[in-house]
Amino acid sequence: MTDPEMTAEELHELARGQADLGEVRGAPAPDPVNAPMIRHWQQAMGDTNPVYLATGVAPPAMAQVWTMPGPGERPDDGSPVTDVLAALDRHGCTGVVATNCEQTYHRYARLGERLTPATRFTDLAGPKRTALGVGFFATWTVTWYAEDGAPVAEMLFRVLKFRPSETGPTTPYPLRPAVNQDTRFFWDGVEQGELRIQACADCGALRHPPGPMCPVCRSVARTHTVATGRGVLYSYVVHHHPPVPGRETPFAVGVVELQEGVRIVGNVVDCPIDKLEVGMPLRVTFRRMDDRLVLPMWTPEEA
Amino acid sequence: MLSGRAAIAGVGATEFSKQSGRTELRLAAEAVWAALDDAGLSPADVDGMVTYSQDANQEIAVARETGVGELTFFSRVEYGGGAACGTVAHAAMAVATGLARTVVCYRAFNERSGRRFGRPDAGLGGEPTSQGLEMSWHVPFGLVTPAAWVAMFARRYMHAFGATSEDFGRVAVTMRRHAATNPAAWFHGRPITLEEHQTSRWIAEPLHLLDCCQESDGAVALVVTSAERARDLRHPPAVVAAAAQGSGAGQMMMTSYYRDDMTGLPEMSVVARRLWEMSGLSPADVQAAILYDHFTPFVLTQLEELGFCGRGEAPGFVRDEGIGLDGRLPVNPHGGQLGEAYIHGMNGIAEAVRQLRGSAANQLAGVTNVLVTAGTGVPTSGLVLSTG
Ligand SMILES: [Zn+2]
Repeated sequence: MTDPEMTAEELHELARGQADLGEVRGAPAPDPVNAPMIRHWQQAMGDTNPVYLATGVAPPAMAQVWTMPGPGERPDDGSPVTDVLAALDRHGCTGVVATNCEQTYHRYARLGERLTPATRFTDLAGPKRTALGVGFFATWTVTWYAEDGAPVAEMLFRVLKFRPSETGPTTPYPLRPAVNQDTRFFWDGVEQGELRIQACADCGALRHPPGPMCPVCRSVARTHTVATGRGVLYSYVVHHHPPVPGRETPFAVGVVELQEGVRIVGNVVDCPIDKLEVGMPLRVTFRRMDDRLVLPMWTPEEA
Repeated sequence: MLSGRAAIAGVGATEFSKQSGRTELRLAAEAVWAALDDAGLSPADVDGMVTYSQDANQEIAVARETGVGELTFFSRVEYGGGAACGTVAHAAMAVATGLARTVVCYRAFNERSGRRFGRPDAGLGGEPTSQGLEMSWHVPFGLVTPAAWVAMFARRYMHAFGATSEDFGRVAVTMRRHAATNPAAWFHGRPITLEEHQTSRWIAEPLHLLDCCQESDGAVALVVTSAERARDLRHPPAVVAAAAQGSGAGQMMMTSYYRDDMTGLPEMSVVARRLWEMSGLSPADVQAAILYDHFTPFVLTQLEELGFCGRGEAPGFVRDEGIGLDGRLPVNPHGGQLGEAYIHGMNGIAEAVRQLRGSAANQLAGVTNVLVTAGTGVPTSGLVLSTG
């Protein structure tokens, strides 16, 4: 059932494959280099130099303008970059920030010329730890050619694709429990730093997970006891793949057997993964996930 | 009694792929036609349909696409892959009681190119249904994938019986060896070594990537009719000698962590007791077992619950006596879901039928009884299919 997304090595392999494609031609510009667009651009940029329109050429910095898709337009131009960026997204590196943009101009583009872009994927570096989070730097170049095949301009572009760093208190934690009147006492408890275990008000049987009716004596009269918060690790997993929303991998989840005799599931925290061991003593700790949810977690007893 | 009353008279399937390129309804219709062709029946003969409650194709839609007219019986079986043999159980009941004469069971999905069960779904605990509430004790902690749910049992099993990751790996290696010589298998021609299993990356410790079955697009359909009528059809029938569903005390969906020592599959024990009782057979009487293998550790547990060996003895059974084609108990000669395809257990039932007919890719000698199981970790089901 698991066929996870690419590892870092596989991302590099994909990137090498895309680089091996060499320069991939895109669709020609929809419009030739034209005076109205140059006038608009100069006005928008505050560039008052009259020489361009007077001599019938475009400002070199406009190179990208002629072939840029409109907002909302996503042409499948077969660019070798597209697959790499998509794979990075799937790898969890959904954040993006441009880090470098270097342009080289070979000659002026003249009015009436129709430019064609060609993209060459050049490099993928990472994973690297950055202030924004762990990510990869992807670099490519685009060269714009005139109809006679001569290069007019080229641009090196580099972006950082990063995994947004751990969910902060302002981001809603995505893994929310459903709560109803049979379970609310538990979640109210953890909010107050109490680990509450349902107890039958008639026969006293403890029960977790809780439910509306005592399966021992049929009573619907319920109360709860506040657990000591001590237990032992009954079993555990270390989750590596695939990425889980709101979580940094790897992370540990355990079944904890409480002193009171019932079991409960929770994360084991503040413990190196190679120190996890079935039978290890644990005590409860409460972690705030966002402004609406606190989760009970487990930490080694001696910590 | 149900035993001996119904039989599987036809099996059909699409190819097994990672990207079918067609809708799930089309896959279902193709598999149903293939199963009818195999049985030598026509859509006009069909008056019942059964599928999984998780299947996206309603019985009436599949009936419309295939030109099946009136239906007098339709039913859905719950609990994910635990439904697999249950579809045949429902069909056999319908045939035995006269609710229907010919029932098609099917499962069709694009589980790789469409919705993938192995992806975390943050919404699993979202609604306060009984299942949403059950999930809510696990999902908030990031315990959201089938691999991780099973890994929790696997760790306890290792702790209790001294089992190792290599013990799980031997299951994967055997399944991939079987698939390597099955042309219909996705992993045809691609066996693995135990070392490759050991060095495959972690998914959810203690499970490696190669402990987890693949994800597949495809469909399988089965035609169930009376044993008597099946004997007059194109192929020798696979008679339903026993069919059973089962859930255990304190049962949950994949997360039954609260009820016992977490080293067994009590629901499979329920199914096993019923199957042996209904068929009058014992583990020594089957020549092959089709065991649900979405994750390797539960293949070991099933060997124990079904009575092929004692509690905690499965690692030794696999290592010393073998579950290969020449082992003491050949398991999943088609390569299982680890090797052939993940069609939610339905492809395993088709393999059992082929073994009884003598037409399997990795045909075993002298097969008269085959045991088949369905999804593990969930309420499940099983079959004993026999010649005759
Ligand atoms: Zn009570």
